Amino acid sequence: MEQSTFTPANYKSDQSVRWCPGCGDHAVLNSLHKAMANIGIAPHKTAVISGIGCSSRLPYYMNTYGFHTIHGRAAAIATGFKVANPEMTVWQISGDGDGLAIGGNHFIHAVRRNIDLNIILFNNKIYGLTKGQYSPTSDRGFVSKSSPYGTTEDPFIPAELVFGARGNFFARSIDVELAISQEVLAAAALHKGASVVEMLTNCVIFNNGIHNFITDRENRAERTIHLVHGEKMLFGKEKNKGLVRDGFLLKAVELGKDGYTIDDVLVHDAHTQSNFLHQQLAMMDGHELPLAIGIIRDVEAPTYNDEIDHQVATVRAKKGFNTLRDMILAGETWEVK
Amino acid sequence: MLEKANVKSLDKVVVRFSGDSGDGMQLAGNIFTNVSAGVGNSVSTFPDYPAEVRAPQGSLSGVSGFQVSVGSGVHTPGDQCDVLVAMNPAALKQHVKFLKPNGVIIIDIDSFKEEGLKKAQFATDDPIKELGITAQVVEVPVTSMTKAALADSGMDNKSVLKCRNIFALGLVCWLFDRPLENAVRMLKNKFAKKPAVFEANAKVIQAGYDYGHNIHASVSTYTIETDNIKPGIYTDINGNTATAWGLIMASEKAGRPLFLGSYPITPATDILHELAKRKDLGVKACQMEDEIAGVCSAIGASFAGNLAVTSTSGPGLALKSEGIGLAVIAELPLVIIDVQRGGPSTGLPTKTEQTDLMQALYGRNGESPLAVVAPASPTDCFTMAFEASRIAIEHMTPVILLSDAFIGNGSSAWRIPEASEYPEIKCHYLPEEKKEGWKPYHRDPETLVRYWAIPGTEGLQHRLGGLEKDAVTSAISTDPVNHEKMVNLRREKVARIANDIPAQEVLCDADADTLLIGWGGTFGHLYTAAQELCKEGKKIAFSHFRYINPLPANTGEILAKYKKVIVAELNTGMFADYLQAKFPKTEIHRINKIQGQPFLVSEVVDQVKNIIEEK
Repeated sequence: MEQSTFTPANYKSDQSVRWCPGCGDHAVLNSLHKAMANIGIAPHKTAVISGIGCSSRLPYYMNTYGFHTIHGRAAAIATGFKVANPEMTVWQISGDGDGLAIGGNHFIHAVRRNIDLNIILFNNKIYGLTKGQYSPTSDRGFVSKSSPYGTTEDPFIPAELVFGARGNFFARSIDVELAISQEVLAAAALHKGASVVEMLTNCVIFNNGIHNFITDRENRAERTIHLVHGEKMLFGKEKNKGLVRDGFLLKAVELGKDGYTIDDVLVHDAHTQSNFLHQQLAMMDGHELPLAIGIIRDVEAPTYNDEIDHQVATVRAKKGFNTLRDMILAGETWEVK
Repeated sequence: MLEKANVKSLDKVVVRFSGDSGDGMQLAGNIFTNVSAGVGNSVSTFPDYPAEVRAPQGSLSGVSGFQVSVGSGVHTPGDQCDVLVAMNPAALKQHVKFLKPNGVIIIDIDSFKEEGLKKAQFATDDPIKELGITAQVVEVPVTSMTKAALADSGMDNKSVLKCRNIFALGLVCWLFDRPLENAVRMLKNKFAKKPAVFEANAKVIQAGYDYGHNIHASVSTYTIETDNIKPGIYTDINGNTATAWGLIMASEKAGRPLFLGSYPITPATDILHELAKRKDLGVKACQMEDEIAGVCSAIGASFAGNLAVTSTSGPGLALKSEGIGLAVIAELPLVIIDVQRGGPSTGLPTKTEQTDLMQALYGRNGESPLAVVAPASPTDCFTMAFEASRIAIEHMTPVILLSDAFIGNGSSAWRIPEASEYPEIKCHYLPEEKKEGWKPYHRDPETLVRYWAIPGTEGLQHRLGGLEKDAVTSAISTDPVNHEKMVNLRREKVARIANDIPAQEVLCDADADTLLIGWGGTFGHLYTAAQELCKEGKKIAFSHFRYINPLPANTGEILAKYKKVIVAELNTGMFADYLQAKFPKTEIHRINKIQGQPFLVSEVVDQVKNIIEEK
């Protein structure tokens, strides 16, 4: 990659950031500014489009083109934007409520179409802006203001939705993992097609510590695994644990124990067409198997916007019309003198 | 059979093709329309098809009709038809009411057997008597003649029966002295990919034509005069296609690419179909996942710098309301096309109404003003789609175009305009001298229109959003006084569009005491009614509105001139209420019809007479 001429400051607007002190969104915003500066796409060639929710305030903090729209519709608005102006790099910002509840339909269709958007899904498993209701990613039994006796429904797992919609890019990071966040955001931007980055964020006010089981400093190295394409799937403080195949499933093993060696450990392949293993990796939750962060799937496929542009170019060349009148005159007409 | 000696010369004739929804009546009617237009008639059509795509064969609910009026001075498809072609007993039963008292019925006698009569719920085996028909009935063995014509074709029975419509078309072409060459050419285009089907239809249309010739079948030799219309190159166009083409013309005149975000819905889907074909002109038409995504993708495309459009019908407009509100507060150009149909809810999906007026004007949360325009006829859809786009772009506002099922599906001959006949559309770009310190909600002081900064332009990065913004800094603002100011600015911006639209015209007898008013797609029927009243010596003025919000600046002045004002519309009085609220001193009488059908000229004439005669 060429040296970028931009710094993170070039992507920051003059608006003061209004998220609560300690909110995980601050860290993601900083990681995004840095990732944008690293990939070096100019601010005026970048658009950031969001829905409604705490995280959806993000466009105001960017010195790019930005649009803070309506609840749930960011994916549809971003789709129209990208088709209309394909030269722009388009980011979509949604929370778990915005993207997966009210906007769930647009989310899956954006992924299915493979429109070239970089979708950041801020997942704090709560509705923050409306002050603390359970979201479609809240665990069964979760107690909130709108579920005082615990929820009676299962959550979506965002990765599973993405794979269900035949997504070609899925990555995950955690607000506190700054370097990995930058890495996956830059990769999402460079991927052609719909890239989904799930950001596990902490809501200090309404859901403080929801990701603690994963993010807790003591245990993070044992409960997460940073997947890197082409590298062995190793984790743990000492990098002495690895993932191996166990029949149809995955298994976490300790090297040197039960006869397992480094040779048994799987090498991550983010680019393989089949999403079978990607899905298994993405479904790991930090309990029996470590939660996967990093780029889990990154596969090339034709994008919706490129295919439209291609069709336009092909049909225009074939028909050769310059104006509406040319086209009409080529059809059924008659002359009155 | 009548003798050919009975020669009539008519200036227009109305034919209704009527059959099962699978019988291809729309195709037969369309071809007859095009053939007639090709010999220089003006034409107006009215496809009257059932909501069910395939109701049970031969059933009353499955009857599909296509009415076409051809001749000179044609403004409507006609109230009633001179000739009714009924392919089966159900079609006869459902559509005989559309026949003029002295009209002629052509039936396929082969389908008038026990089974067909039973499906159409006839109680006796004499449907003509049972329906009390006194008109002339021409019995033609359409099915058996079609089978005979294709006996050697090797086609299966089902495929053969699909050609019955074209036999009937051949017969109608003979009756009205229409050359078959054009019809055959259209069949060839239609079945370009199925040469065997084309061959069969070409054979059958000739057989129908020859049948008429051989038996001297004649309902009289109607000679339909060629209309004396403006010289130029013409094509036949329906309202939905005209709408699509008007948008393309606007895109050319604005120098901005055209984007359509849409979702299929009757009766608006043909706009999506047409624009999807127009990739050959660079149009990007996206079929989205739902109505909301349709409008939202268009809003995204508008922000991105395109002429952005979404097309729908009433239920879809309801779903788009929140999105349209976003375009109102973001002050982005957006064209929303509502091809109105009968409501509420799913209502009468294939039938026409003007019942979305209040939804278009007011159907959003908050103070949410936007412009509303309504085309008067199928060909006027072109002009008004252009106008909607022009207003949207030049005034940075959403504009709703209220078309309807009648004009959307109806067609007329249309002179293809030269590009020079339409004005340039001036995009409201930020002038160079205003770039310093520019904020997105800075406005032109005259028009109150904000500037359009196209993403990708260096130095003009800005953020829009659905939250209220400060009038000066354009940052988010919850300041109460600022909010009121912004509400008033948006309202006044839309009101000032009145300075940029043509003055309202008065037709017929402008000095009369009574003014008949219409709006949108009822123009043809109302204008014809007003002309008939004038011919009868009744004094009446007629004014038809195409600009609904804002109203033309001289509207109040016109209304004040008349003692009686009558508003005729296909709803319970929405435009009348709208005018009444704006001009409370006007005495407004109402003519309303909510049957899913266009007005009949005769019923308007009668009701106007009653109102004129009231003390």
